[in-house]
Amino acid sequence: MNFKVKKIVPQLITLALVFLIFGFFTFNAQVNMDNRGIEFGYGFLTQESSFDVQFSLIEYDGSHSYARAYLVGLLNTLLVAFIGIIISTIIGVIIGIARLSPNYLIERSAAFYVEFFRNIPLLLQIFFWYFAALRALPLPQDADSIFGVSYLTIKGFFVPRFVWENLDIFFYSIIAAIISIVVIKNYARKLQENKGKQLPVFSISAGLLIILPLLTFLIGGVSLDFEVPVIKQLSTTSFIYEGGLGIPPELIALTLALALYTATFIAECVRAGIQGISKGQKEAAASIGLTPNQVLKLVIMPQALRIIIPPTTNQYLNLTKNSSLAAAIAYPDLVLVFAGTALMQTGRAIEIVSITMFTYLSISLSISLLMNWYNKKIAIKEK
Amino acid sequence: MNKLNFLKPDKENLTTYLYSGAFLFLIAILDVFLGAFFEINITSFLPDFISFILPFILGVVGLHLIRIEFSGINNLDLLNKKINTNNFNAVLTLLIIFIIIKSIPPIMSWFVLDANIAGDTKEACTGSGACWTYIKIWLRRFVYGMYPNELQWRINISFVLLIALAFVGYFATEKLKKFLTLYYVIIYPIIAFILIYYLISGGAFGLVWVETGAWGGLSLTFIVSFFCLIFCFPLGMFLALGRRSVLPTVRYISIGFIEFWRGVPLITVLFMSSVMFPMFLPEDFFMDKLVRVIIAISLFEAAYVAEVIRGGLQALPRGQYDAAKSLGMGYWKMHIFVILPQALKLVIPGIANTFLALVKDTPLIFVVGLLEIVGMLNLAKTNPKWLGFAMEGYVFAAIIFWIICYAMSRYSQNLELKYKTER
Repeated sequence: MNFKVKKIVPQLITLALVFLIFGFFTFNAQVNMDNRGIEFGYGFLTQESSFDVQFSLIEYDGSHSYARAYLVGLLNTLLVAFIGIIISTIIGVIIGIARLSPNYLIERSAAFYVEFFRNIPLLLQIFFWYFAALRALPLPQDADSIFGVSYLTIKGFFVPRFVWENLDIFFYSIIAAIISIVVIKNYARKLQENKGKQLPVFSISAGLLIILPLLTFLIGGVSLDFEVPVIKQLSTTSFIYEGGLGIPPELIALTLALALYTATFIAECVRAGIQGISKGQKEAAASIGLTPNQVLKLVIMPQALRIIIPPTTNQYLNLTKNSSLAAAIAYPDLVLVFAGTALMQTGRAIEIVSITMFTYLSISLSISLLMNWYNKKIAIKEK
Repeated sequence: MNKLNFLKPDKENLTTYLYSGAFLFLIAILDVFLGAFFEINITSFLPDFISFILPFILGVVGLHLIRIEFSGINNLDLLNKKINTNNFNAVLTLLIIFIIIKSIPPIMSWFVLDANIAGDTKEACTGSGACWTYIKIWLRRFVYGMYPNELQWRINISFVLLIALAFVGYFATEKLKKFLTLYYVIIYPIIAFILIYYLISGGAFGLVWVETGAWGGLSLTFIVSFFCLIFCFPLGMFLALGRRSVLPTVRYISIGFIEFWRGVPLITVLFMSSVMFPMFLPEDFFMDKLVRVIIAISLFEAAYVAEVIRGGLQALPRGQYDAAKSLGMGYWKMHIFVILPQALKLVIPGIANTFLALVKDTPLIFVVGLLEIVGMLNLAKTNPKWLGFAMEGYVFAAIIFWIICYAMSRYSQNLELKYKTER
């Protein structure tokens, strides 16, 4: 009896406290909203937004709804996150491996990079790239071209746009290549298990991945054209590039800062992962006659990845969350478009902030669920 | 004299290889050095491209020649082992050396040689380098924000007092040592709050009241990080204990709380504190912007601290719990005297990292209109009298933050070593 009471009473108290706090907040919110004549609801999402967004991946202007504005912001956030993750992974892996280099100078340079970028606030780095570094770029009319097709100017980076014909066939060919690679991999594994023969799987798959899409150009009617940006004079002093793809400076500054900053953390994850493999593993693998490449591929990497991937995913999540700093340099991401402009216009603080938070929360939670599942799958099964 | 095989340097002709290799290597360095510092191109008689790539070729050949295993010369062996193990490494080594040499002159010229610090106006900056005059003139704003100049001694005094009080622990006698935790966790924060409230904010004892909107600059960075640090730690500890509690309601509420705060970006939390939170308070109840921000950041960081502490709690062997229970200790006694002291020791690096993240996150408070140092920089940058000095401002702030963060991470590494117990 006493034991039960001891367990139930604290729980009841916690529950009561939580309900009390929530009740208090809801009550106040109700009163405040009544006083201001606002009604709680998400109906405003279908209303016309009547504001413009500078940079959007989908068609959008003021006549679209708030829900579409939300989508524009979300897509912009995901775009930054996607590019940032790719660049930061590349830099992070290189720096992480360099940290383990036997070459003293390389190791020190990598350590310098990590210590330097890790200890400066991300916001400051974003400001630096946007307000100080990118502002030093030339005006559109003075810009030198890069290989004659791209222009890096103060108004953004202008690159050629791909103009595809029959893109779908090209796309199918890549899918076909991937499927055949999987088939070949399986076949190779069976061949090795049954007969002990090894196929050069890597060269075969690389070949397939290159040759199949190339074939579509020759016989599939696929063609690729480049639309090169051309400078155009608007007035005596104002020039702009037309055609091609313009990458706004906000996007460049944001992805650059995010990638450089997150790469330091990824580098540390990679280093910890590779260092976490005991030397005995390498020696054991070598002693059963595996070549150095095989040791790396079959013994070291699978184990190192087990250590590297979970914290790295965490860093990817951080990068995605940090991309919300875009609001500081007016890159139209979810926070700026929705929690900024839309909130200003509608005044619906509770609804909009809760939607924004819920969006980030669902991205985070879904990725961590995926991670947990992956962790369980690759965990060492001990007896 | 043995036959010389330049493809395979060996020990036989050590001196020949060594001298020729060192000579080539030094020529390469000299070429780059002269080019970088004096803009003299000693190989200008060659075509541009070859002249550019020559130091590389010379350097690689030179390093190749001095790569002699077991030469018997200690320094040479060490050099080969450290930076010259194979041709690929030699190329990278040269690349790094050349980049360093090339980057010294422009950096030096920007920071020191062509920089200006004299004068009081923008016109004083005539050099092509940095304009430190700008930093000099704006320094008070960067450190104290909009806080009135004649009252800034109040901030100084309260910081000095706070730092002095933080060092009390070093002078405590054996008898008082057991109260130190109590002091740091409860008494010190209260003293700090009183000091900041009455001294910096004012309004009593004949001190002029300064509203929090005027606070800013580096001192605001310190105030925000200091309070958040004090509040988030105990909160995070309770959340960590809650997450490992056997009581389901407590556990699930803790999990929900932690996962919620960890899943959202800080900027949205600050948005919430500034636009959404006032809606949740009674109508006539006013809460200062700074207080709301501190609460928001503390809740946010507490979730991270909780996860770090949970790691420490999980790492403790079960035997510690069993032993404490077998001595008849209750839940709180067991945690306070046995579990937490050991668990916290284990997670010092993690906690330090979280605090570092906290300090680095403080600039974000600009979204609610509080201007700490980065915010002040952005304000100063748009001042019409001082346009065009964004770079100097950001470099200045970056140096300050870098020093603070680097010192903190070093200190945490020391603590880690100091409290390392053998297991």
